[in-house]
Amino acid sequence: MYPVLVATVAVAVIGFVMGMLLITVGKKFKVEVDEKQLAVREYLPGNNCGGCGYAGCDAMAEAIVKGEAPVNGCPVGGAPVAEKISQVMGVSAGDQEKMVAFVKCFGTCEHTRQTSNYVGIHDCAAAAASGLSPWACDYGCMGLGTCEKACPFGAIHVVNGVAVVDRNLCKACGKCVAACPKHLIELIPDKAAYAVRCSSKDKGPAVKKSCDTGCIGCKLCVKQCEHDAITVENNIAHIDYEKCVGCGKCAEKCPAKAITLR
Amino acid sequence: MKIKTFRGGIHPEEYKELSLGEPVKPYLPKGDLVFPVNQHIGKPARPVVSKGDLVKAGQIIAEADGFVSANIVSSCSGKVKAIEERPVASGAKAMCIVIENDGAYTLANGVGKKHKAGTFSNKDILDAIQKAGIVGMGGAGFPTHVKLTSKNPESIDYIIANGSECEPYITCDDRLMQDQSRGILDGLRLVLQLFPDAMGVIAIEDNKPEAIKAMEAVCAGEKGVMVQPVQTKYPEGGERNLISVVSGRDLKAGMLPADVGCIVCNVASLHAVYRAVYYSEPLMQRYFTVSGDAVANPGTFRVPIGTSYEELIEAAGGLKSGVTLKKALSGGPMMGIAMPSLAAPITKASNALTLFAEDEVELADAQMTACIRCGRCSRVCPIHLIPQMMADAAQKKDYEQYEHRLYGLDCINCGSCTWVCPAKRPLMQLFKQTKAEIMAAKRK
Repeated sequence: MYPVLVATVAVAVIGFVMGMLLITVGKKFKVEVDEKQLAVREYLPGNNCGGCGYAGCDAMAEAIVKGEAPVNGCPVGGAPVAEKISQVMGVSAGDQEKMVAFVKCFGTCEHTRQTSNYVGIHDCAAAAASGLSPWACDYGCMGLGTCEKACPFGAIHVVNGVAVVDRNLCKACGKCVAACPKHLIELIPDKAAYAVRCSSKDKGPAVKKSCDTGCIGCKLCVKQCEHDAITVENNIAHIDYEKCVGCGKCAEKCPAKAITLR
Repeated sequence: MKIKTFRGGIHPEEYKELSLGEPVKPYLPKGDLVFPVNQHIGKPARPVVSKGDLVKAGQIIAEADGFVSANIVSSCSGKVKAIEERPVASGAKAMCIVIENDGAYTLANGVGKKHKAGTFSNKDILDAIQKAGIVGMGGAGFPTHVKLTSKNPESIDYIIANGSECEPYITCDDRLMQDQSRGILDGLRLVLQLFPDAMGVIAIEDNKPEAIKAMEAVCAGEKGVMVQPVQTKYPEGGERNLISVVSGRDLKAGMLPADVGCIVCNVASLHAVYRAVYYSEPLMQRYFTVSGDAVANPGTFRVPIGTSYEELIEAAGGLKSGVTLKKALSGGPMMGIAMPSLAAPITKASNALTLFAEDEVELADAQMTACIRCGRCSRVCPIHLIPQMMADAAQKKDYEQYEHRLYGLDCINCGSCTWVCPAKRPLMQLFKQTKAEIMAAKRK
């Protein structure tokens, strides 16, 4: 009986001493975490996608609290998250425009032709490294789905030979923009009504030969636009969405149907 | 003589008999000839003719732009039709000079005039090589005058004439050694004159007994020149491997052949040197193999540079009847590049066109499985790299690991690893892509 008692008491005493030690150490060396940071982190989506430019949501929360990142810096959360974070931080969020990715090519299987059969690593970057495109147009989407693999939200898919962005799922994190070896993807405002669905820098006749719906750089759209929103540079039209009002006159006149309603 | 070899390498089926049996046929194309201004490593040449100009065969149409660059010479007479972007063998577009062939092949002044042997100074030789626009004709296309210009000629003790031709199907160097053995030897002698302490070694794989016999016959009694048979193994003809086979010296990462006292020249380049110096004849034509199971009469031809691949197929009797062309390669099956279109010109460094009725890459692609870590790729790598780990780093895009710990930039794209891989993984393609990405990042 006696040894059992000794053991019980000894363990209890050791436990008590250790407990007290842990409490004191815990209090003494406590890492101060800003209450605000925890609150901000609470509102961030938690995808850890890195679309904001920081290493995950924790790092982003810290940067917001330190004032290094703007309160509306999370592209995934968008306006609702920015509003909640701004309440925590006590500043106004301002208007954050929802952006979406847009693939500037419409060279689907019907519109362009396949000139060679690509076999090998199923990746646009690998195909681009060989210096050729399996399609007639050198600038167009290769449809091997590197952007599809890069998208953390499943918002981009190759349909009929061309990558297409699902506007509802896209969070504008910009991963696809960086992944595309042909630099076809751009972030544009979600509310933009019209867009140029081509990136070919070839001259008119060459574009016509390779694709039915490529921009031939004829500048008809520039003449139509009453708001100076369209410029043609390197044989390709570009819409400035700061100026575009979405009247659609450019799309109406475009002979190649390269400018279309989204 | 003892047959030498290196560690690693593979033994693919040779299929050389397809195009070897026939004696060489000169072929003069009827269509337009196309000359890309960049047929060599280095700066593209600068066109010196303009649209509408009349040119003769042997006339310089684009001049070397800088030291590491080479002249481009017209190989036919006719009118300059256009200077524009045209597709080359890889399918990419490049600036080309297009000449409308008048079919007469009139030579320019002074071309083909024979000079007396033994009267050439070192400067004469180098100037003639530079003027003739000679580049490495084995595939790399490095300007030969740059290779042979050395600050310290005494440090070179081996000039290796590369006649190993290890790539399956290709027989153009074999044919050349049999037909033009005297010219190759004279070319080698001219190069040896530039390097007083060097010894000339003609390395030939032992699957070319006729070529060995022909070269040995002309080299008999010649001092300082020997024929070295090497084992038939792929890639025996790789510069690095050939140096280690012939001299026993190892080229470490980042070293050039001259650092170990060796210079390797393709036998075709040496023959071109002979023609340039003795006959003032610029590099206008080359031996070229058309082979593969889809072509009716495979063979080796002597063709003007600039001839289109399409015309060469006709020269080889067209496609076999009832066969659909599935794959066309510029080069052999190991290192050749797949051509999306046959409307491309042959260049100074192209050596073969192989046409297949079956696309083996497509078949392999369908059978691809995960890496089973068998290590066969490491055993065959002629550079002694570890392809399995390189592929891992390449897939993770860990360029630091790929470049600095695994020396992945030293890969010579021989494809031996891909050939042995039982899991049919596209290793070489992955390395090619990764190397291009690393080099692109460095240029930024």
